Amino acid sequence: MTISINVNGKDHVVEAEPDTPLLYVLRDDLELNGAKYGCGLGQCGACTVHIDGKPIFSCLTPVGLLDGRKVRTIEGLGSVEKPNIVQKAFQDEQAAQCGYCIAGMIMRAQALLDRNPSPSEEQIRVHMQPNLCRCGTHARILRAVHRASREISSATMDGGAQ
Amino acid sequence: MKFSKRYLAIGAAFVSAAIVTGLGLAAWLVYEPPIAKIRRPSASDFDRNLVVRGEQLATVGDCIVCHTAPNGAPFAGARALPTPFGTLFSNNITPDEKTGIGTWSLAAFSRAMRQGVARDGSHLYPALPYEHFTHVSDDDLEAIYAFLMTRQPVARQAPENQLLPGLGFRPLLAGWKLLFLRQTEFQPLASESASWNRGKYLVDGLAHCGGCHTPRNLAGGEESGREFAGGVAEGWNAPALDETNPSAARWNVASLFAYLKRGSDSGHGAAGGPMGPVVEGLSRLNDADVEAIAVYIDSRMHPAPISGERAVDAEPAMDNRSAAAAAHPDADLLFDGACSGCHAPRAPMNLNGRPLLSFTTDLKADDPRNSVQALLQGIAAPGEKGAYMPSFSGTVTDRQLADLLAYARARFTDKPAWRDLEATVADIRKENAE
Repeated sequence: MTISINVNGKDHVVEAEPDTPLLYVLRDDLELNGAKYGCGLGQCGACTVHIDGKPIFSCLTPVGLLDGRKVRTIEGLGSVEKPNIVQKAFQDEQAAQCGYCIAGMIMRAQALLDRNPSPSEEQIRVHMQPNLCRCGTHARILRAVHRASREISSATMDGGAQ
Repeated sequence: MKFSKRYLAIGAAFVSAAIVTGLGLAAWLVYEPPIAKIRRPSASDFDRNLVVRGEQLATVGDCIVCHTAPNGAPFAGARALPTPFGTLFSNNITPDEKTGIGTWSLAAFSRAMRQGVARDGSHLYPALPYEHFTHVSDDDLEAIYAFLMTRQPVARQAPENQLLPGLGFRPLLAGWKLLFLRQTEFQPLASESASWNRGKYLVDGLAHCGGCHTPRNLAGGEESGREFAGGVAEGWNAPALDETNPSAARWNVASLFAYLKRGSDSGHGAAGGPMGPVVEGLSRLNDADVEAIAVYIDSRMHPAPISGERAVDAEPAMDNRSAAAAAHPDADLLFDGACSGCHAPRAPMNLNGRPLLSFTTDLKADDPRNSVQALLQGIAAPGEKGAYMPSFSGTVTDRQLADLLAYARARFTDKPAWRDLEATVADIRKENAE
């Protein structure tokens, strides 16, 4: 059946069964390949995107649920040429090893920083807990979130927008 | 005139005497002397076997859960404990001399555990369940003391409590204790088995099960005469553990043991909410003590032997998919996309020994609260390791969640539909946000 969804501010119409996971529609129909398939059971976070600003597992989100709601993926943050602050911070801290989990990590971190630009170490750790990195770069990922937080604060003080 | 003046004078004298006596009585009730500081004992002061026994007992008491902040050092306190009276922050119980209990003698520790009085003589809030710990034996308190005093000292000061106006005045707690603290020693029953007596000793004392599973009155005391009638903890229902226990499948010693030791039982469900950290602790407790707790709780649930007892395995798995799908077509699709990866019959999770939804107590309960919470908050894996149920709070709207639960109830149970589900979901979501 025909389903319309709003992704990164743009309305799309796709042909899909309503119980199709959002992740499949993003990757196969819309060619937004940032979000990854990891476990398919909401256990790893590689597929994390936002719905209405909240981080969710797109592998467990049927696309038929999304009428009137706004999806945001990593492609909606910045581009290779122009990464946003969080993406840039992950690059600067070399937070990726194989990189498979990173799009999900960035989206989860972005959701926190949108809500609370200066989280404590404890808040960051608790918030990032659902996302796993099998390479073990968690320490760098935490540094990247701290760096992004600092840069958002100084950007705000300079009057710039995130 | 003359007479009345004289009466007035006598009356005034009586009133003053009553006030003075009252104040004196109050002061006598409230006043607890400080207990002298000691030099911090060193690890070699304690017998190793005593420390090991203390570790097991502290595990029963779940001290670490309240006395550790998220990602904080174990036993260093500062964990926020929300109560209807405001937020308390747990104390540091590592042997740090300044911020912990490093200068506390065994006598000071025992008084805190049994009477809720700190070493310096100040009254402690009943978030520390001293009305339970009062039943703990001297030997066991000594073992727990030995265990705590041999932990790594950590300097961490708990933040100030944030209580409703007036309740920060600790002498009031003496009044609370007068009403609710009954200092009695545990009395074994000769008519019961050793295991039952051990279980009762642990359940009434250190394990303080009644702290959540017994309803509380407006003053925050456990209601007398209603032990184990069921309570509320951190937004979850703590089911009754007496004969009114709501489980559809009958609990027995084996299933209680499995649930307490491993965190889930295939006939009832997985521990969720605040029960999660409890079973995480019990997983490290020796089997005999877990079994004893199971024996005692089983006896409370089934005071009279039941004939024709129904075994869990005898109950058929229920799956009324077509009827449920006809009534809730959207939820059927939602279930397929969001839930079936783990909860469809024969999904890998079921093969792992996790319960089918048709065996889940919360789905059969009269009150949907715990099912709503499982979806909104998810269910953490024991010790935050391993597979867990993720939160669907951001994924589904209140209406979708209500529809999904109505569907699951219709598909996997034979119970009547829950009423006002969407409003309940909205209320619980709001509570969680506070």
